[in-house]
Amino acid sequence: MSESLLINISIVILFLPLLGFTTVVFFGKRIPKLYLFEVAILGIALLLSIIVAYAKLSFYNTKDIVAAFTWITMGNAPSPGAINIELGFKIDNITVLMLFVVNLISFLVHVFSIEYMRGDKLYTRYFAYLGIFTFSMLGIVLTHNLLMMYIFWELVGLSSYLLIGFWFEKKSASDAAKKAFIVNRIGDIGMFVGILILFTQYKTFTFDVIYQQIAAGNIPFGSNAWLTAAGILIFMGAVGKSAQFPLHVWLPDAMEGPTPVSALIHAATMVAAGVYLVVRIFVMLTADAMLVIAVVGAFTSLVAATIALTQNDIKKVLAYSTVSQLGYMVMALGVGAYAFAFFHLVTHAFFKACLFLGSGSVIHSMHHEQDIRNMGGLKRKMPVTYYTFLISTLAISGIPLFSGFLSKDGILAGTLAFGKLTGHWFIPFIGFTVAGLTAFYMFRLVILTFHGEPRDQHKFDHAHESPFVMAAPLVVLAALSIFIWYTPNPIGAADGWVIKNWIKTPAQVVPNETRFDFMKPSTEEAKAEIHGEVTHSVEYTETMHWAHYPAMFLSLAVAGLGILFAFMFYQWEKLNADKLAEKIKPLYNFSLNKWFLDELYDMTAIAGTLSFSSILAWFDNKVVDGIVNGSATVIRFVSRMSGWFDTFVVDGFVNFTAFFSGFVGLSFRRLQTGKVQTYIVFVIFAIIILLMFFKPF
Amino acid sequence: MLHVGLTHFLIVSAILFSLGIYGIVTRKNAVMVLMGIELVLNSANINFIAFSKYGNFGLGGQVIALFVIVLAAAEAAIALAIVLNIYKTFSNVNVDEIDHLKE
Repeated sequence: MSESLLINISIVILFLPLLGFTTVVFFGKRIPKLYLFEVAILGIALLLSIIVAYAKLSFYNTKDIVAAFTWITMGNAPSPGAINIELGFKIDNITVLMLFVVNLISFLVHVFSIEYMRGDKLYTRYFAYLGIFTFSMLGIVLTHNLLMMYIFWELVGLSSYLLIGFWFEKKSASDAAKKAFIVNRIGDIGMFVGILILFTQYKTFTFDVIYQQIAAGNIPFGSNAWLTAAGILIFMGAVGKSAQFPLHVWLPDAMEGPTPVSALIHAATMVAAGVYLVVRIFVMLTADAMLVIAVVGAFTSLVAATIALTQNDIKKVLAYSTVSQLGYMVMALGVGAYAFAFFHLVTHAFFKACLFLGSGSVIHSMHHEQDIRNMGGLKRKMPVTYYTFLISTLAISGIPLFSGFLSKDGILAGTLAFGKLTGHWFIPFIGFTVAGLTAFYMFRLVILTFHGEPRDQHKFDHAHESPFVMAAPLVVLAALSIFIWYTPNPIGAADGWVIKNWIKTPAQVVPNETRFDFMKPSTEEAKAEIHGEVTHSVEYTETMHWAHYPAMFLSLAVAGLGILFAFMFYQWEKLNADKLAEKIKPLYNFSLNKWFLDELYDMTAIAGTLSFSSILAWFDNKVVDGIVNGSATVIRFVSRMSGWFDTFVVDGFVNFTAFFSGFVGLSFRRLQTGKVQTYIVFVIFAIIILLMFFKPF
Repeated sequence: MLHVGLTHFLIVSAILFSLGIYGIVTRKNAVMVLMGIELVLNSANINFIAFSKYGNFGLGGQVIALFVIVLAAAEAAIALAIVLNIYKTFSNVNVDEIDHLKE
């Protein structure tokens, strides 16, 4: 398969969902069966992306394929000079993996939705929205420049808004949609400023050109601080979209959308876009930027994990667990564990989509009951859902033989190495704590939902296993949560093809003095290679090896402990959760109320905005309106004056003219006697006078 | 020594013209007005003939005089027809009273 064919197929993959969207949105009302067309299109896109991924990974493994064209040419603007803005596609290993992940999950969610959404009055429009979302997400994945990334970034935000607010008759849903959109905007502003810093310096949006410039020593405004700022500002976009602290508040609310949407957007793909963005800009992150990213990620994962402990809504638990895992990925990028961060993005997409679809299956069969306190015992009624849910839970908890263990272990080893090399031990500490908490709350969820006795007998009696189109996606995703797809060695991802062959940590391009020591290449060959592979120092590689086994055993221990406690509390009831909650009431409430962050934002940001708005309103009312009203008064006065002038002067003049003409007419009227003889006399006199004047003789 | 020259003709013509105008302006009867007009036309004829005789213009003046006579005859016919119509409409031919043009 030639490179251009690869690019062309990728472009087809990108535009197929858009075709589906336009077709369904324009003709869906007339032909309700069109949703099948949308599903079929996603099926084709999935097939094509498998072909592309296979071709790229086996034939062009180390080569980036780029296709670009100049979109806007500004010959010679006065101060910035010549500007060429390129649009284009870049296909590397990460791109094709993401293509596969997005298309697969999107396709499965489409299939799942056929049954889950049946009977909804906007049924076909729902599929159209899924189509536009998939299109935007694929755009983010395929782009080779920041501008297109930003455009599709906003499109993703829009489609997310549409899908969260899909049941817009519900106030909570439309509020959640607005919240998601606005909170995302805050992050996007930062991202935009970051992009503009880079653009001001390099006059281009293209990633590779920017990185070459940085590698050549061309720093924004000649200062490393600006480089750090650009990195952190672009990362702000990821903070919004990937729901990092402090902008994570929209994601739990976004659970108001239909559950398959939560699986597609708010678990597997859209929120991964932020991580993907950081992956793309990874090479231009300075040590300071990386530390900020690591701390934000670590803090996010801790906050979300502690909140997830006490939530009772099945989707809320999963939402916070998503936030927590996203924090993990971001933290991993911050500590330089690039490959494992992306690996975790992939594995997390599969098992979290499976968990969400599983919860959708439960909610569907329980007639939209979402409170896990009313569930229980569903294991018997819904075996397929239970086992797939269990597999994914084992994966997210980091149990060997499952995909989550591989990626999570890599991340924890990365944090441990980071701690040892830089002395920031609190990051691995948070990492391991969160691993334990994750295992605990996920098993709490499984036990409360599926084990034990039913707590709501009525709903339990109506519960039933989901039909084939809902169960099949669960099975596929659960199967993808098993280690064998990624590596032959169930306890070490480093031997597997994903880490060994596919995802390579790219060389940093930032100046040496702004990197962490361990990110500096320690050999001359590594230094020479700019777009090479791993350029970590030798110590880093050694430390990673050292960290591998401690990280594995520690993570196993904390995960085991978490699971053990979950069983003690909820399965065997040796310990009483309610009593414990009573005993540490403040902490419990703190967690239950999500660290009071929403209240804090209500009091600070929102109240601040409101009071600022009221100041602006006052300004509007008094000053702006005053100016407007004042000018109105002045105009009215001037008008009155000019009206007076009109009435008396202009009209007077006109009337006088008329009067004068009338007067003259009256006087001359006498002359018109109607008698021929008088006229003749006049004529004769006139001739005499004329003759006297002109004297012709 | 009496020598009849152009001036004499012109004086006669001027007297005739003035008499004609006087007649046009002062007479009340429309027929009399028409006679005034004939006088004016004839004074013009005298002028033409006189200039033809004394001036160096060839016979053009005499030809014009003949034209004027024909014209005067035609004019008299039309004008008398008009006067007859006026008489039919107003029962008199007094030009002072025929001032409907005024309104």
